[in-house]
Amino acid sequence: MNIIKNIFFLLISILAVCGNAIAQTADEAVPMADKLRADGKIWVVVAVIAVVFVGIAVNMLRLESKVGKIEKELKIK
Amino acid sequence: MKKIWWKILCIVLLLYVIINGLMGPVPHLPILNESIRNTYFHVALWLAMTTLLFTSMVFSVRYLSSGNIRHDDVASELAKSGLFYGILGCLSGSVWANFTWGDPWPNDPKLNGAAVGILIYLAYLLLRSSFEDEQRRARIASVYNIFAFAVFVPLIYILPRLTDSLHPGSGGNSTFGSYDMNNDLRMVFYPAIIGWILFGLWLAELRIRIKRINRFREEDFLKVDKS
Repeated sequence: MNIIKNIFFLLISILAVCGNAIAQTADEAVPMADKLRADGKIWVVVAVIAVVFVGIAVNMLRLESKVGKIEKELKIK
Repeated sequence: MKKIWWKILCIVLLLYVIINGLMGPVPHLPILNESIRNTYFHVALWLAMTTLLFTSMVFSVRYLSSGNIRHDDVASELAKSGLFYGILGCLSGSVWANFTWGDPWPNDPKLNGAAVGILIYLAYLLLRSSFEDEQRRARIASVYNIFAFAVFVPLIYILPRLTDSLHPGSGGNSTFGSYDMNNDLRMVFYPAIIGWILFGLWLAELRIRIKRINRFREEDFLKVDKS
């Protein structure tokens, strides 16, 4: 259950960060020019790095829960 | 330490640093150009490393005063994650230096000091691995760790400032703090430092727990062996 809670928290935080970026695009008049296409598509790179980092973080959290499980099995406090 | 909230905080902070650090507003400076954004990654890594090594030293002192082997576990794993950050800092610094100073390793006192500092901490790990007896290893390594940190700080923070160095804050160069650091940078720089510190602690914590599991298993094994 713990891991599901973690992932839920993660998604909420990502939404909070990305929501900001999307909100900025709303007032631009040019059609199709959402933020991911603007600035020479550098935002795509940012998104890719963010995805990679989220992947690393999820991996760390899974490792975390695995170690926790072993600790529970061996009853290490 | 096993609370989850600071790990979530670490992930959130680093995500914020990645997104805002790459796309947020930064001061326009000659030569540095967009590479000023490296402050959030390269410089923050070094500060995080210093914090980790300092904490490692604190735990070494605590081990010496308490004799609790767990404190030594913490000290050694913190030193390892600090060393990991140091190597990353050297590599990332080389890339940055190549494009702003024109040389991947200009013979800058700060760079050489950092290299010597890393060697000192490598020697710490070597020292640890050369003892069989746990308490003996812990005691000698703890003493070494305290001296290592005491040498490390002058090497990378004090000596470079006394001579000419390419790094900001040395030999007539202005520091980031006084002239170049503006509020746009600070908004990301401080969270970056905290985020990287938490990430290093997380890495160390996982290794400490694995170490404890291994120790527990060994003790269990010995108990079964005796009975």
